[in-house]
Amino acid sequence: MNHNPVLKIKDLSVRLSDGARSRNVVEGVSLDVNAGETVCIVGESGSGKSVTSLAIIGLLPKNVLTPSGTVLLDGEDVLKAGNSRLRQLRGTRMAMVFQEPMTALNPVEPVGKQIEEVLQVHSQWSRTDKRQKVIDMMKSVHLPTPDEIYDAYPHQLSGGQRQRILICMALILKPALLIADEPTTALDVTTQKQILSLVKELQQTLNTAVIFITHDFGVVAEIADRIVVMNKGAVVETGTREEILSRPKQAYTRMLVSSVPSLTPKDESRKLGEPILSVTGLSRVYRELKLFRAGRSVSAVKDAEFTLRKGEIVGIVGESGSGKSTLARCISRLIEPTTGKIDLGGHDIAGLSRRELRPFRRRIQIVFQDPYRSLNARLRVGDSIVEGLLNFGIKRPEARRKATELIRLVGMEPDVLGRYPHQFSGGQRQRICIARALALDPDVLVADEAVSALDVSVQSQVLALMQSIRDRRNIGIVFITHDLRVAAQICDTIIVMQNGVIVEAAAAGQVLLHPSHEYTRTLLSAAPGRGWDFQKFRPI
Amino acid sequence: MQSFEPVVLEQRAEGPWSGLFRAVTSGPIAIASLILLAIVLIAVAAPIIATTDPLLIHPTERLRPGSLQHWFGTDALGRDVYARVVYGARTSLIVGTFAAAASIAFGLVIGVIAGYFRMADLIIMRVMDGVMAIPSIVLAVALVAISGASLTTVLVAIAVPEIPRVVRLVRGVILNLRGEPYVEAAISLGTPAPLLLIRHMIPNTMAPLIVQSSFVLASAILTEAALSFLGVGLPPEIPSWGNIMSEGRKYFQLYPGLIFIPGAFLAVTVLSVNLIGDALRDVLDPKMAKRL
Repeated sequence: MNHNPVLKIKDLSVRLSDGARSRNVVEGVSLDVNAGETVCIVGESGSGKSVTSLAIIGLLPKNVLTPSGTVLLDGEDVLKAGNSRLRQLRGTRMAMVFQEPMTALNPVEPVGKQIEEVLQVHSQWSRTDKRQKVIDMMKSVHLPTPDEIYDAYPHQLSGGQRQRILICMALILKPALLIADEPTTALDVTTQKQILSLVKELQQTLNTAVIFITHDFGVVAEIADRIVVMNKGAVVETGTREEILSRPKQAYTRMLVSSVPSLTPKDESRKLGEPILSVTGLSRVYRELKLFRAGRSVSAVKDAEFTLRKGEIVGIVGESGSGKSTLARCISRLIEPTTGKIDLGGHDIAGLSRRELRPFRRRIQIVFQDPYRSLNARLRVGDSIVEGLLNFGIKRPEARRKATELIRLVGMEPDVLGRYPHQFSGGQRQRICIARALALDPDVLVADEAVSALDVSVQSQVLALMQSIRDRRNIGIVFITHDLRVAAQICDTIIVMQNGVIVEAAAAGQVLLHPSHEYTRTLLSAAPGRGWDFQKFRPI
Repeated sequence: MQSFEPVVLEQRAEGPWSGLFRAVTSGPIAIASLILLAIVLIAVAAPIIATTDPLLIHPTERLRPGSLQHWFGTDALGRDVYARVVYGARTSLIVGTFAAAASIAFGLVIGVIAGYFRMADLIIMRVMDGVMAIPSIVLAVALVAISGASLTTVLVAIAVPEIPRVVRLVRGVILNLRGEPYVEAAISLGTPAPLLLIRHMIPNTMAPLIVQSSFVLASAILTEAALSFLGVGLPPEIPSWGNIMSEGRKYFQLYPGLIFIPGAFLAVTVLSVNLIGDALRDVLDPKMAKRL
C-alpha cells in the first residue's frame, strides 16, 4: 500500500450555527483513505457520519454548518477550494452516491442523458463518443440492455438499477475518491448484495478509494478494509475490520458490535398456548376507485394461511412488495381482506362492518414502523395511551391508573404521561406506542417493522421489551420485518413471503438453518455479514 | 369534554399563537396590520366618526368638492362621500368576513366528508369541479335576476365560488392524514369516526385554513366591490365602496375623487389583507413559503 493517501483528513470539525447558539456537530475527526481501500464510517443516527462526508465533498449548507481543519484530497485542501474549483473536483477527483436513488435522479430526463451531463461539464468529446462512454460504463455496472436503459426514465427502473445509474454517474470520470452515503439502505437485501459486490468490483478495477457510510454492521463486515466508529460527532475508534469486529477496544464499540442481532436462532423450544388467531385463504386485491368503470387491480396478498398461538411470536419476512404489510393491515382490520377468514378466538372478523368490528378491535392491536408519525403530536402521551380505554367505556381515573402501570411496564417513568411526543427519542416513542397498544389487553399484537427505524442498540432494547411483554402477558405477536437477523432473534415461527404468496412457513430454526424454498435460501445468502458472529466477536 | 385537554402543539420553541402574533407585528407587515386595524376601527366606529348620515340626500349640495363640512365632497345626490366611505368600510368588511366564514365553514365540512368517505369523494369532487367552472360574476348576475339585489344574495354569490378551493384544501389534508400511523392506531383503538376526525384530523387543517381564509377575505372584498360597481351587487342606497365608485363613474372627469377615494381605501385594505396572509403562510406553512 502506498504511503500517500488519496484523502487525508486532519482535525475536521463542523460547527452548527443556529441563531445565537452554536456547537460542533463534528469534532476533531482525523482519518486517511488510501487508493483501493474501503473505509467504513459506522455510527448511529446523530453520530455525525453524514455531515463528515458532506464536509469532504463540500456540500455542507453554507452559513449553517461551517467546517474547519484540513481535508487534503491528493494534497489539495478541499475546505479552502472555491466553488468553481469544487465543481471541477467533484466528478473528476471525488464523487458521491446517495441513499435514495429516486430522489437523487431527475425524474423528467432519461437516465443516459443524466450520466452524459457529467461528461459535458468536464470534457470535450463528441456526442457519439460520449454516448459510447456512457454505454460502456453502464455495461461495467452490469445493467442489462444499456441501449434501452439509456433512454429510460428513473421511474421505469428498479431501485437497484437506479442505484447502478448513480454509481455510473459517480465513477464515469474515474475519480480517486468515492463517497457512498448509506447507498444500500433503501434497497432490499438481495439487491443490496449485488450493489455491494459491484462497488467492490469497480473499486478493484479502478483502484478507487471508497468511504462507505453505513449504520449496518452486516454491510461493514462485507466490504470494509478499515472501520471508523463515530459517536456524537467524534471518532470513537479506528482500526482494521478484524480489529474492530473481533477486538474492539472501546466500550461503545463493543456495545455497538454486540447489539447486532445474530442470524442463528436461539435454541429454545417454548411451550405454546392454544391458537388465538388463525388466518385461512386470505387475499387482498387493491382496486383503483373509478366512478363509471372498473379500475386496474393488483393482488397484494394471495391465499395466505397461518396460525398464531398464545405466547408465540410469528415473524413474517419478505422484501418490499412481498405483501407482508398488507397482510398485517388485513389482520388488524385497518383494511378489509377481499376474501378469506380471520378467526380471532372463534369469531371470523374478516368481513365484519365497522360497527360489528368494534368489540373485536380491543383484542388486536398494532405498532407501526415510524415512531415519529405514530403518535399525535398534539396530544399528551397520557391522552394517547388512555384513548382506547376511554373508547371502551372505562372511567378516566381508572384509565389513568392503568396508563401509569403500562408506562412502567415499558420501562418509563409515569411523569412522561403529561409530556408531548416531540420530547422523546425514536426508541422512547416506540415504547409509548407499545404501551398504547397494550392498554386494551389485546390477545394479538401486530408489529409492522416496529424496530426497523431504530438504531441497533435501541433496537435490541425494544426487542427485549417485546419478548418480556410476550412472557408476562402471554399474548401472541405477529412480527413483520424485512430483517432476517431481527426475525432470528425474536420469532418462534417464521413465514417467508414473496410477491404476495407465502413460500415457506416453519419453526424459526428450521427456516434459518434448513430452508426448504429457493427464495428463502436466496434471502439468507444475501443477508449482509452472514459470515460473522457479532455477539461473540469472531467469524463463523 | 376532556379533563386533560388536548393542547395545540407546534414543534418549535414558542407556541403557535405567539408565532402568529410575531409574524403580523414585525417588520413591514406591522404597517399592513396597523392599516387593517385602522380600517376595522373605522368600520366599527362608523356612526361616531361619520359626520353625517350617509343616506341623507341634499339636492342643493350636489357634486360639491371637498370642504370643511363635506371632507371628501358630495356625490350626484348630494350625499356626504366621507360618511359613505366610512360606512362603506363596514359593508366591505362585513361582506368579506361573512363570505369568508361561510365558505370556510361549508368547505371544511364538505372537504372532511370528501376526504374521509371514499365513495362520497367521487361525487363531491365532481360537483366541486362543476361549481369551480361557474364564474362568480355570472352567478351573481343570475342570482340578482332571480331573487333581487340584497346582502344575502351578494353573500351567496361571493361565498359559493370560493367553497371548492377550501374543499380541495381540506380534502387534501384529510386524505394525507388517513394514512398516518397515528390515525390508524386510533382506528385500531376503536375510536369512533366523529371523535377520530375532531381529535386527530381536523386540528391539522387549521393552519392552512387560516391562511386560506385571509385570501378568501381579500377576494370577497374585491368581488363585492366589483359586483356593486357593475350594478349587480348591493342595492345602490347601501354605502359600499363599489357602489360609490359605480355612481361616481359618470362624473369621473369632473370629480375623480368619487372614484379615487373609495378606490384607494379598497386597494389599501385588500393589499393589507394579502400581505398579512402571506406572512401567516410563512409561519404556518414553512414548506410552501420556501418554494416561493
